[in-house]
Amino acid sequence: MSLRPDLALVASLVPDGSRVLDLGCSSGDLLAHLARDQGCRGTGVEIDPASVLAAIRLGVPVIELDLDHQLDDFADDSYDVVVLSRTIQTIRRPQEVLRHMGRIGQRLIVSVPNFGWYGHRLRLLRGRMPMSRELPYAWYDTPNLRHTTLVDLQQLFDNLGFTVERRITLSPSGHPRRTGEALANLLAGAAVYVLRPA
Amino acid sequence: MVPTTPDPGSVGVVQTRTARLFTPDSPLRLAGGATLPVVDVAYETYGTLSPAADNAVMVCHALTGDAHAAGWHPGDRRPGWWDNLIGPGKPLDTTRCFVICANLLGGCQGTTGPSSTNPETGTAYGLDFPLLQMADLVEVHRALLRHLGIERLLAAIGGSLGGMQVLEWGLSHPGEVANAIVIAASSRLNAQNIGFSAVARHAIMSDRSFDGGRYAEAGVSPDTGLSIARMMAHITYLSEEALDSKFGRDPNPHAGEPGFGVDFAIESYLAHQGQVFLERFDALSYLYLTRVMDYFDPFAAPGALDAVGVDPVTWLVLSFASDWRFGTAHSRRIVRELEHVGQPVSFREIPSTWGHDSFLLEIEPYHATLAAFLDRAGEEGLR
Repeated sequence: MSLRPDLALVASLVPDGSRVLDLGCSSGDLLAHLARDQGCRGTGVEIDPASVLAAIRLGVPVIELDLDHQLDDFADDSYDVVVLSRTIQTIRRPQEVLRHMGRIGQRLIVSVPNFGWYGHRLRLLRGRMPMSRELPYAWYDTPNLRHTTLVDLQQLFDNLGFTVERRITLSPSGHPRRTGEALANLLAGAAVYVLRPA
Repeated sequence: MVPTTPDPGSVGVVQTRTARLFTPDSPLRLAGGATLPVVDVAYETYGTLSPAADNAVMVCHALTGDAHAAGWHPGDRRPGWWDNLIGPGKPLDTTRCFVICANLLGGCQGTTGPSSTNPETGTAYGLDFPLLQMADLVEVHRALLRHLGIERLLAAIGGSLGGMQVLEWGLSHPGEVANAIVIAASSRLNAQNIGFSAVARHAIMSDRSFDGGRYAEAGVSPDTGLSIARMMAHITYLSEEALDSKFGRDPNPHAGEPGFGVDFAIESYLAHQGQVFLERFDALSYLYLTRVMDYFDPFAAPGALDAVGVDPVTWLVLSFASDWRFGTAHSRRIVRELEHVGQPVSFREIPSTWGHDSFLLEIEPYHATLAAFLDRAGEEGLR
């Protein structure tokens, strides 16, 4: 079973043998891969019933709870790595969730779609709400509640005292970009961050 | 009645067997220090034990359950209490699993309990029966497994008091339980829970026929007290919404003029539940088993999580949204304790309007979750 490319990228950033908490783990594919191929242990958190069921079938420990209100259940410093993969845009209180992640984990891996990508800006200039491969939903049926650009996100990380150890920006087609960090906020469709909490 | 055409999803006609698991030569030593010289256990099994004895699933029943979890006894009008879960092609699939269900220690449906005869006196124990702890219930289950030639369970599963036995078992002997399913249970009863148990016990013990627990000798039983206990418990087993949708303010069709009789349908239902309970349950068992639950607090014991730390169990904890007997907060407490020591634990709150009794019902997301967990457990086997 091959891992979705964006999850494979996240997996490559997780040290072997880590204890991993995957917030918004979907069907548990990342954790199943990490357990099988990288000797990791971990827990998924998910709120979509069908995804929870799929993760249980896959043998991934998964806890059904609400990221916005129930992360208190996890103890301080209890995981090596906390992952928030393509989930930050769907939660109501991203700042609170990130703060909890910093409390729970030694390292955080956060992937986000970039609202500041030039294609989105052009659509907005034409008077239409941004839609793209990363943000494929119409405004009225999107699960995405919080839109951020990479610049705004950096500011939030700074406010929280998080250090960006690594940032991998992705082209609109989802491949890691090799050049142009300076224009990333304009050219990247998404980004993956490795963060060290304060 | 037993269906005349074979039901492919049923384990069919079954019988309860009894095994004497402790004898005066090797008595049961209870966690509290007392000993029981003789312990008989009533149990049923469904499916076939594999040659490697690696497909056994133990079902632990709740407060008033019994060994008859699935299939039919000749002449019965309904099948075993968890028949919707156990059988060929059901979540607990008897074409793959060897399922065991035993009446628990302290019970009254074939297993030794406070109304059994004390071999030292020749009369019923009554209140001379020693107080029990959850560990004692588990100890007797373990003896049954040894009797059946099973060293390690593929899974243990139970709801309510059954889930508490599973929790105790997994924590105290993790090497014997590969997968543990704890449903609508609690790791520590709160004041409200204990309060309900207290009122039930008070109803029983203040019944004039209780006679200090010696009622069997006098040939009577505290029927009024026991049925009141059951009536009240029934209210707590269903949600407000469930009671309302089932009965609302409907009148009892057999009621006459308004008065102090059974005027409403809910009153008729509770009275009926209280009455039929008398046919199958014993007041002393009610006292002893509710006390086991009151004192159960496994995570408070020093080193409670040491054993699972060395030998993890794969846990599934489930609660029901409308359960106010052992609601989601109780289950999440269990999950927190297990997760904090790195146990592989999954948790779901199942949407259901039926309250605590939901664990006995065939609710699609509930059974789908059990099937997913057990299918995966079956594939992995006893690793």
